[in-house]
Formats: sequence, structure tokens, C-alpha cells
Amino acid sequence: MSDPPEISEDLQSARRGPSRDFRGVTVRAVGDSSLADGGAPAYVSTGAAVWKRFRRNRLAVVGLIIVGLLVLMAVAAPYLAPADPARQSLVDRRTPPGAKYWLGADEFGRDIASRLIFGSRLALVVGMLSVLIALTLGIALGAASAYWGGYVDEAIMRTLDLLLAFPYLLLAIVVVSTLGIRLESTILAVGLWATPGFARVVRGVVLTILGQEYVAAARAVGASTLRVVARHVLPNCLSVVVVYSALYMANAILLEAALSFLGLGVKPPTPSWGLMVATGRDFLEIAPHVATFPGLAIAVTVLGFNLLADGLRDALDPKMVM
Amino acid sequence: MVPFLARRLLATVPILLGIVLLVMLTVDFIPGDPVALMLGEGATQEMITRVRASLGLDQPLPVRYARYVGRLVRGDLGRSVVDGRRVSEELSDAWRTTLQLGGAALVIAVIVGVTVGIFSAYKVYSLFDNLVRVVSLAGLSMPIFWTGLVLILVFSVWLRWLPTGGRGGWEHLIMPAVTLATPSIAMLARMTRSAMLDVLREDYIRTARAKGVRTRTILGYHALRNALIPIVTVLGLQMGQLLGGSVLSETVFSWPGMGRVLVRAVLTRDYTLLQGGVLLLATTFVVVNLLVDLSYAYLDPRVMYR
Repeated sequence: MSDPPEISEDLQSARRGPSRDFRGVTVRAVGDSSLADGGAPAYVSTGAAVWKRFRRNRLAVVGLIIVGLLVLMAVAAPYLAPADPARQSLVDRRTPPGAKYWLGADEFGRDIASRLIFGSRLALVVGMLSVLIALTLGIALGAASAYWGGYVDEAIMRTLDLLLAFPYLLLAIVVVSTLGIRLESTILAVGLWATPGFARVVRGVVLTILGQEYVAAARAVGASTLRVVARHVLPNCLSVVVVYSALYMANAILLEAALSFLGLGVKPPTPSWGLMVATGRDFLEIAPHVATFPGLAIAVTVLGFNLLADGLRDALDPKMVM
Repeated sequence: MVPFLARRLLATVPILLGIVLLVMLTVDFIPGDPVALMLGEGATQEMITRVRASLGLDQPLPVRYARYVGRLVRGDLGRSVVDGRRVSEELSDAWRTTLQLGGAALVIAVIVGVTVGIFSAYKVYSLFDNLVRVVSLAGLSMPIFWTGLVLILVFSVWLRWLPTGGRGGWEHLIMPAVTLATPSIAMLARMTRSAMLDVLREDYIRTARAKGVRTRTILGYHALRNALIPIVTVLGLQMGQLLGGSVLSETVFSWPGMGRVLVRAVLTRDYTLLQGGVLLLATTFVVVNLLVDLSYAYLDPRVMYR
């Protein structure tokens, strides 16, 4: 819900104090023009070593299990769901949890457990697609910014700063109001919201890598810009990008749920967790299960991705802060 | 001091101008003709042209931008395209109400978050510390609209201690503010803990301890003072969280603030109202961040000379 993705770079830039140039409001948070941004991995780990470090962290393993079960649930939804998520039953409206409906029935007598199981598909798809958008834009913009520097850097980073000047959720509301209340707008809104964060870390890491000797060596033997970036720079961004993707998955799922809760995301009758909480809100007194279980699903899912991200960060790069 | 202030103030001008440009451009990105959408199916071409002209949408972009900025400088946010009321009037009450909610949440977040963080760092790896680390991660993971509903369920429906929503005395403010503050409490606790841990390793802390300074003084003065910069940085970022998240808390608790207005504006396609609301909140955020930056100079005198 807040911005955990920013925390390690914040911490680093914060430790250094406000950035040296006071050009923009958000520059301070950016940790602008510093090589230390994003905590670039300065050493290489083998897969086995990473897994060994990851496994030792109990919370991280819990996160991995939650995420794993979630993916399984989304893939096997039709086989796992005890009932058709769309089937209505007037007599069963707002039935409390019990033998027939594990988690009760909603205001149309639909099985909440089945709707939760199918809802995981939406959460994961919106999360993955929006992170993919942010990842693509972020890597392209961040790498271009770091590689060319100068005016290109200024133009890209100041434009992204503008996106960050919109308080949380507001940018998404603007995008949705512009493009209309549709699934595509939600995905794009969440993706755009996450882009500046990705661009910044990638820029920070690329700057560090460009200063390494092997890049100079590659250039000296005549490697083209594209080759240097594709062969030497981007592969080294991998661990940071993986960690941030997990963190942004958590926040993308939260943001999608929030938009749907406000009625600005997915439309009924699609089983969306946020939407289910919103409808359950009207019967909180007489049927609290309608709103509480979907909310719990969101919380557990997001917690899973947060734990996974924390564990990945510690395992991939123990030198990243926090 | 003065050149530092001037430089910071000047630096916010392009950001504000950029926000205005972005917000103004949103109308151009609306698929189809926004004016036709606004007027509905029965609109004739003549009506569309007339409304377009009255909104100034027939002008070239630079002209529109200059006029828009000119009106904003005079505090004129235009009129609602739905009910014709002045946007500034519709927003002024809502803005104050939201600031009240955000301010209360900020106070709660700072007091609880920083206190918990300090003790977590002091008793590092203790039961309390481990609990804080897990609970704070959970706090970051809970959707605040759900946190709010659970609070209503417990404190209004079951215990009947607090009202479910609306405005009124302080008892109406507690739950919306706590709900809004939850992720920020978690974030501040994590940040304070890690910043304090860093400082507590320093030599001067050991020196203070060796010469017999009370623990309370070491933590509250020597250590906290030096851990403040990262904490304040996170606080600045959390302001966006508080301002934007207020939309959710307000919806849950029927709190008549900016969030309610914005959601209504989106649903009724009231573009001028939406633009005005977004501009107001974004500007508030920028100004708050400016204040946070300025506070660095107070917290750490070295900042000014850089």
C-alpha cells in the first residue's frame, strides 16, 4: 500500500542526506545523480548460493509458498472451485460460512470461496501485466537515461518526477478517468504508477555498471552501444529487477483492489477481490463474511509477495539495505 | 539561509507548471470527443461547437495552457461541467476536511511508528522486535479499505464504541485516521528501526553509554536526532500515501473530503471538477514536500552549505 519498493534506495539516499542539487521536490527521494542508487549488485552469485541463502530465511520461504499456492490456485481455478462462481441462488443469499458454502455466500447467493479462487486470476493477471508495462518502460527509460546522460537524462528523469508528484492513487484515478473505467485502463494505470520507480533503480544500477572496467574493456575492443547494453549492462540489472518486480506485484495487486473498491476498476460481475469487499461493505452488520474474506485474500496475497521480495533481496544481494 | 530557501522555492515552479500541463492534457487523451460525451447522445453539432468554444477547447494548445495557468494564478478553477458550480467552492470545504483527516493520520503515524521503531531497535532481535517486523510487514500488506471495515466491524458493530462514519466530534475522526495511518505506521516503524540501528553502532553512542548517560537520553537525544534525516525522508514520501490514501479511508467512513469529490467527479465525467481536485491535491503534496526539504536544513545544519 505504501511504497516499500522505494525503501532501500530511500534509505541510501537518506543516509547521504538530501541530494546535492535541489532541483526538484522529489529529487531528494530519488537520490539523484548518485552511483549508489538501487544498491547495485557488485558481485555475482550462483543460483545454488542464492537458493541456499533464500532457504535459510523462514519468512521468505513462507512468502514463496503463499505465492506458489496462489499461482496454483489461479491456474487450477476451475478444478479447485467448489461451485460455479457466477451461479446465483436467491434462497442462499448471505448464507454464513458452513458446510455448503465454506466461506459463505454473497448478496446474490454466489459461493464466496469460488469467487475468491477465480478472483486470484484477475489479481495475478493485472499484477503481472502492469508490472510488465512498468518493467519495459522502466528499463528502457532508466537505461537510456543512464547511458546517454546529459539532456536525455534530465528530460526523462524530470518527466518521471512529474508522475511522482501525484500522491498515491491519484495518478491511477487520472488515468482511469481519462481512458474510461475498463480493465485495460486499470492495468495501464497501475503500470504507469510503477514506472518511475523501476526507471530510477535501473538508472542507478546502469550508472554503476557503466563505470566498471569490463564495460570500458568492451568498448575498447569496439563493441557497439547496443551490444554493451544488451550483453553487459542489462544482465547485471537482473537481480534488482527481480526484487523490484516482486515488490511491485504486491503493490500492483493492492492498487488494483483499491481501484475496484472505489468502483473505478473492474466492473461487476467479474470476481475481483476489491469489488467483493466493496459490495460486502453494505451488509457489514448482518453478513460480515462477505467483505472480510476477500479483504483477507488481498492481505495474504500482498504479504506473500512482500515476504518473497524481502527474501529475494537478502538472498540476491545481502548488501542491499534493509 | 535565504539563497537556500529561494533556490528550493524556485525549483518547485517547473514541477507545478508540469503538473498543470499534465492535468490539462488529460482532456486531450480522452478517447472520442469529451464534449460530445459530456453532452450525451442528444447533442447537436452546433451545441458541441458552442460548448467547446465556451470551454476554450477550440484554441491551440499553448493558448489554452497560458489561459489555464492565468486563471489558476487567480485562484479560478473554472466551473463544474455537470452542475455549473464554482470548482473552487466545491473543493474548499472538502480540502480542509481531507487535511484534517490527513493531519490526524500523520500525527498518529509519527507517534506510534517512531516510538515502536525506537524500541524495536533498542531491543533488537528480541521477541518485541521480531513481532514488530512481522506485524509491520502485515500492516504494509493490508488494503486500508479493508482495515477500515474490520475496525468498523469490531468497534462499531460489535463493541459499539465508535460511530461507523460521517463527521462530528473527535470520535468520528479516530477510526478514519487510524485506518489511513496504518501503512505509514508500519513504514515509519521499519525505517526508524533501521536508521536507529545504524546510529546505535556509532562510537559516540558507546562513549555516551560509557560515561553513564541515561538510556532514555541516549535513545531520545543522541541517537534519534541523528536518525531523523532518513525518517523525515520517508515521512515526506508517506505524505503522498496519506493524501492519496485518504480517498479510500473517506469512502469507507463516508468522510466528506476530497476523495469523495474525486470519485464522484470520475463517475459523473465532471472533468473540470476532477482537474481542480487533482491539481489541489498534487499541489498540496508538492508544498508539503517542500516543507520537508526545508526541515532538513533545520534538522541538519550541514545541508544548507552544500
